[in-house]
Amino acid sequence: MSHGDSWQEIEITKDLTIPKLWLQMAKKYWDKKVAMREKEYGIWIPITWKQYYENVKRIALGMVSLGLEREDKVAMIGDNRPEALWCEMAAMCVGAVGVWLFQDSLIDEVQYIIDHSDAKLMVGEGQEEVDKCLMIKDKCPKLKKMLWDDPKGMRAYDDPILISIKEVMKIGEEIDKKEPGLFEGMISKGKGDEVCLLFYTSGTTALPKGALLTHYSMLTMGRNLMRVDPYFDTDDFVSYLPFAWIGEQMMSISCGIQAGFTLNFPEEPETAQENIREIGPHVMFAPPRIYEQMVRNVQVKYLDSTWTKRKAYELAMKIGYHVAELKFSKKPIPWHWKLLNYLAYLGVHKKLRDHLGLSRIRYTYTGGAAMGPDHFRFFHALGVNLKQIYGQTEIAGISVLHRDDDIKFDTVGRPIPETEVKITPEGEIISKSPSVFMGYYKMPEETAKTLRDGWLHSGDTGFIDTDGHLVVFDRTKDVMTLSDGSKFAPQYLESRLKFSPYIKDVWAIGDNRPYVTSVICIDYGVVGKWAEDRNIAYTSYPELSQIPDVYELIKREIIKMNRDLPPAARIRKFVNLYKEFDADDDELTRTRKLRRAFVENRYKDIVEGLYSDTQNIHMDTTITYEDGRVVHIKTDLRVMEVPQ
Amino acid sequence: MAVTNEIQLKVENIHMAFGGVQALLGVSFEVKKGEIFSIIGPNGAGKTVMLNCINGLYHPQKGRIFFEGKEITKLKPYQRAQLGISRTFQKIELFKGATVLDNIRLGRHIHLKSGLLSGAIYFGKTAREEVEHRDFIEREIIDLLEIEHIRDKVVGMLPYGLQKRVELARALALSPKIILLDEPLAGLNLEEVEDMTRFILDINEEERWQTTCVLVEHDMGVVMDISHRVMALNFGEKIAEGTPPEIQNNPQVIKAYLGEAEELYVTRR
Repeated sequence: MSHGDSWQEIEITKDLTIPKLWLQMAKKYWDKKVAMREKEYGIWIPITWKQYYENVKRIALGMVSLGLEREDKVAMIGDNRPEALWCEMAAMCVGAVGVWLFQDSLIDEVQYIIDHSDAKLMVGEGQEEVDKCLMIKDKCPKLKKMLWDDPKGMRAYDDPILISIKEVMKIGEEIDKKEPGLFEGMISKGKGDEVCLLFYTSGTTALPKGALLTHYSMLTMGRNLMRVDPYFDTDDFVSYLPFAWIGEQMMSISCGIQAGFTLNFPEEPETAQENIREIGPHVMFAPPRIYEQMVRNVQVKYLDSTWTKRKAYELAMKIGYHVAELKFSKKPIPWHWKLLNYLAYLGVHKKLRDHLGLSRIRYTYTGGAAMGPDHFRFFHALGVNLKQIYGQTEIAGISVLHRDDDIKFDTVGRPIPETEVKITPEGEIISKSPSVFMGYYKMPEETAKTLRDGWLHSGDTGFIDTDGHLVVFDRTKDVMTLSDGSKFAPQYLESRLKFSPYIKDVWAIGDNRPYVTSVICIDYGVVGKWAEDRNIAYTSYPELSQIPDVYELIKREIIKMNRDLPPAARIRKFVNLYKEFDADDDELTRTRKLRRAFVENRYKDIVEGLYSDTQNIHMDTTITYEDGRVVHIKTDLRVMEVPQ
Repeated sequence: MAVTNEIQLKVENIHMAFGGVQALLGVSFEVKKGEIFSIIGPNGAGKTVMLNCINGLYHPQKGRIFFEGKEITKLKPYQRAQLGISRTFQKIELFKGATVLDNIRLGRHIHLKSGLLSGAIYFGKTAREEVEHRDFIEREIIDLLEIEHIRDKVVGMLPYGLQKRVELARALALSPKIILLDEPLAGLNLEEVEDMTRFILDINEEERWQTTCVLVEHDMGVVMDISHRVMALNFGEKIAEGTPPEIQNNPQVIKAYLGEAEELYVTRR
């Protein structure tokens, strides 16, 4: 890259805070550079660093007038938009602590986190968030004010707890006129080892735990990541994943403030994919489901296109896969393969990458859950530099990462600088770095369990291979013991199966059982289209999932995958579930990880059926919708055996 | 919007017959500025015929219609549109091959001032005008109806519920003073009904719009929830008019919905 010399590392001392660094950057770029863009009313609207600075200043001073003090908590909920980041930065400037909630959190979760975090202010996007606040305010007496910013539908609200961000900014502006030095004075009071974020982890088992992160841990994490993969102020990044996910904080805050790249906010969550294509970001970090969806989109479009296009795609992918394989095995690529790959790029890969929004991508990361090797190979075949990341909220984001020339799709790479990763005798992955968190808020026992002698205990099982790469097996408690006594990671099976475009979610069962089985959630859109093309009629997800032809389709997909597996790990029986797994039903966490203990209990009839001789499992259950409606479901699920 | 006492639309003794079939038999009513006025009645009661008379698709044999004090009985539909009367259709009447944005733009056509020639050159005033109108469409319509994600999609490819929304968007593009909504909720699923109801309330109440709505609808739950006043028709005759509770308790209305009395109170929720 030509701008290699423009990357300057920032010295991070114990005195430096995120707002202090942010202030430096704002003064440096001022009105000469765009800090962020938001697509609104159909066009991209730029916001310079000067505007960013002024908006944060107004909000921060306004918050102070609402009674916000140092170390108070500010809870935030809503989609990704500039106002959200301004409020987070404003809270940090005051010396307060940011707490993020997932925008689709149900009322109980919101109440728990607002109450547990002792939040004094809450910031929400619009009517939906305001409604949530009004429902819980009597049960959360520590909450003093709620700030909102989208006026749509707000005309009839007059509860005194509510105040619009516009109003807050007006108050802040007046304070600034009276006391011009106040804002920057507040920033200068901050210290690097103070807490800046209280981050609730979604937890696959228990109640959410609040991880305390300091300015120092956030900044060092960003710096150490950028020592491996430098980002530049000419780069573009699209911020569309929940701010309540540490990965988004790590890019937008930890790295964004240090590198000074431009953040881009999509118009609506539904337009994110389209907006990413318009921007063509240089850096991207997303959980596997985003990449899985991209692959699925390509596969579906492929099935739908003409014969010539399909053939061109097949040929180009064959070339791409071969070249990627050579790269993975670190073999030199012969010149004729290079030429062929270039032709494949011109003919197919280039267009495909453009459609996926990856035309300018330099680094793209996946993390937060396991990703199947097939997905991984797919992106490398297209020439996209997709890398694994491994980390936790508790280490301010990431600790392990692939290097550009050293990618192995079954590993997550090597530790970033200043980070040590070890395996305990029990096989648990532990790590140590300057970015390790302070502990869990108001949970000393949990803290003591997770943080021992400065080592962060992850709860993941893994090992370090001969190349020094970390291999993450699975959550320790999820590792299965198969019938032949060997250990097996269910998420491996699951991520392999998810490469099929027809399968959206999988739950593999087999711990201490005579054989392995699985519960499949079909992809409604793709399987629905498949059925329509074959004139198979259906009216709903439950009906479609039980059609014999669909069972046959899924069976073929499983047989294909079974071929590569050791006999004991092969799936013998499966069931198509009558619904998709959903975070609202507690089956997934908000970051879409399967909560095994929960589904095992909820679907114990299905598990029983899979390990008996029955052909049919009778289900009599209820589904709760987001608005509280409960629907009763009575259905029969077919059990299908997979020939071995 | 607060309902005012100003009469915006006045319909006087309308008679409309198709051959031997009497669709409307001397119906009269008044709609106040700022209100949501609903017309209910069993199938074939003459509700849609009434809307067609108001916007000029049909010309009644007898009776007069006044809009903001001016008689419009003899005006053509486009002339009524110029006065600020807009409508949606029960069966979607969009240009299926055009994009959502183009459909909405067409609804705004009436406000374009520049002529054919300057349009062909597309310079200065015309270009400015287009930007202004696009700005209006984006800010006031696309944002309000939450259709950003389909702005450039071809209408015919969209699911029914979204097409209904586009139909409403196009009607709004006229910047109407009064909007006639013909069964905007028909065929929608529960979530879509909730969304559409919210939009109707927004159009009526948001400061930016404050548009009078005449609503023909079968979903009694919604009608009774959001209407200021309701008129019931049966076989072309007005049988009742009043506030939602008055209509719900009117024995004639209950009788007209023979055996369907429950429907007046129970919605699909």
